[in-house]
Amino acid sequence: MDNSIVIDGIDAGYGSVRVLEGVSLEVRGGETVVLLGTNGNGKSTLMKSIMGMVPPRAGRITARIDGVTHHLTGRTTEEIVDLGVALVPEGRRLFPRLSVEENLLLGAFRPKARAQIRTNLAFCFEAFPRLAERRSQLAGSMSGGEQQMLALGRALMSAPRILLIDEPSVGLAPVLVSRTIDKIRELKERYNLTVLMAEQNFPQALRIADRGYVIVHGRIEFEGKSADELNNNDLIRKFYLGL
Amino acid sequence: MRWWTFLLACSAVAAAVFFAACWLANDYYFFAGYTVLQFVVLATAWNILGGYCGYVNFGSAAFFAVGAYTTVFFHKALPLPIPALVLLAGIASGLIGLGTGYLTLRLRGAFFSIATLALAVVLQTLVVNWNYVGGSRGAYVVRPNEVALIGSYVQYLFLIMLALAVGALAVARAIERSRLGFGFATIRDDELAAEASGVPTLKLKLIATTLSGALMGMAGAPFPYYIGYLEPASAFGLPYAVNAIAMPMIGGTTSWVGPLIGALLLGTLQQVATVTISSAVNLLLVGLLLVGFVIVAPKGIVGLVQPYWGRKRKRAEPP
Repeated sequence: MDNSIVIDGIDAGYGSVRVLEGVSLEVRGGETVVLLGTNGNGKSTLMKSIMGMVPPRAGRITARIDGVTHHLTGRTTEEIVDLGVALVPEGRRLFPRLSVEENLLLGAFRPKARAQIRTNLAFCFEAFPRLAERRSQLAGSMSGGEQQMLALGRALMSAPRILLIDEPSVGLAPVLVSRTIDKIRELKERYNLTVLMAEQNFPQALRIADRGYVIVHGRIEFEGKSADELNNNDLIRKFYLGL
Repeated sequence: MRWWTFLLACSAVAAAVFFAACWLANDYYFFAGYTVLQFVVLATAWNILGGYCGYVNFGSAAFFAVGAYTTVFFHKALPLPIPALVLLAGIASGLIGLGTGYLTLRLRGAFFSIATLALAVVLQTLVVNWNYVGGSRGAYVVRPNEVALIGSYVQYLFLIMLALAVGALAVARAIERSRLGFGFATIRDDELAAEASGVPTLKLKLIATTLSGALMGMAGAPFPYYIGYLEPASAFGLPYAVNAIAMPMIGGTTSWVGPLIGALLLGTLQQVATVTISSAVNLLLVGLLLVGFVIVAPKGIVGLVQPYWGRKRKRAEPP
């Protein structure tokens, strides 16, 4: 199935602050696309715009899900989740006072997802055996790596076609970052997901990226048609290494 | 326990309370009991928004007063029996709740609380300047002496408040164990994550403000008949706002039991203090207890007892 997302010249911001200026990008079916940029360049805002949490002021976002094209602009977040787009928010954002299992069940709050809650829960526990062991533990009492797994699992509970992941490496030890990235690749292959991942950790993100964009001050400054093209690029050296 | 078994059990307890009060054959117990029960309803109502969703409402007195003034209005315009007034008051304050929610729920934390405080001031100013309901002079609502079948009027009011308390507790408990309650808990824990999981947060918060407001208004509806003379300063009084917050905090905000325990404890204590010391000491008592509980037992009495009682109480699964 063809699950893709096209962002066409969107502007977005908060109050009088304009964060995104004419951002266009595309994630084609089955790809893993990374959105690279340091703090404060608009990565999370772009993710929230796609989810309808920060409605874009101009431009269009369309998603093709199971062969049907939908306009995402102007829809509420609930509707977008219903269509099959899920977000793993930055900093995990679990419900710390609820158990692991309750966190997962809440990922399937929408009626559509609730219909297949048992199968999805079984999938989640299969993909993350650690979560099955800890199903009755409070989410807030787990380690950072486990919490990131739970955040991924919760997003999968809505049975998404397109998965948006906002900075999965935040607050994790280096070894856990690479494990999380491996897990994302594994999930993507197993569930045939289309993935858009915002990340600062350039080398880790490129390990699983098919393509990527570099966002600087709310504009897409560079589009890399392959991981290699991103790897050997002067602009990126300039932004990341200050050379 | 299914919700209707719970309702039956509650009603049985309520009936026992009523007959025990009748047996004591002293109208004072009905007067005092009415006030305590009124706080049970107020505290439970506050907890639906404040405890389950985590939105602290400082404007409880406003919703209570809307209920009371609905009664004053209809008392003059079109006399109706109290149960009908309770319903109308619920609708009026529920609508106010919905409107407040729509205007203020984009605010979070302290900003939301300040907005609810402002609501109380705005409504009080409106009432003070509305001559029909008495303006700043206040309004007299003369109650009949007796009611057929039940006896003295205060017994009748007590019964109504008893029924309201049972209803409010049943609603709170039903919410707690439903998908709605889970949705509320996600809003309390992390609103952004709730949204990302597809929880319709604005809709749920509007449901919470409407329900909470409606219940508070219903608690206020019989009040003019109880007190006989209603003026804005007493209807919008600080004690309602403070008690509505303090009672769930002291009892525990995570379950329906908390506001009930808090209201019974604080309400009774205040009644005792009124008779034995003076009515002016009431708020001081509430304040001291609140400070004490925040330091010693921040999760309230329920949080204090829970670890010993049914170590792992099974949570209802979201269907």
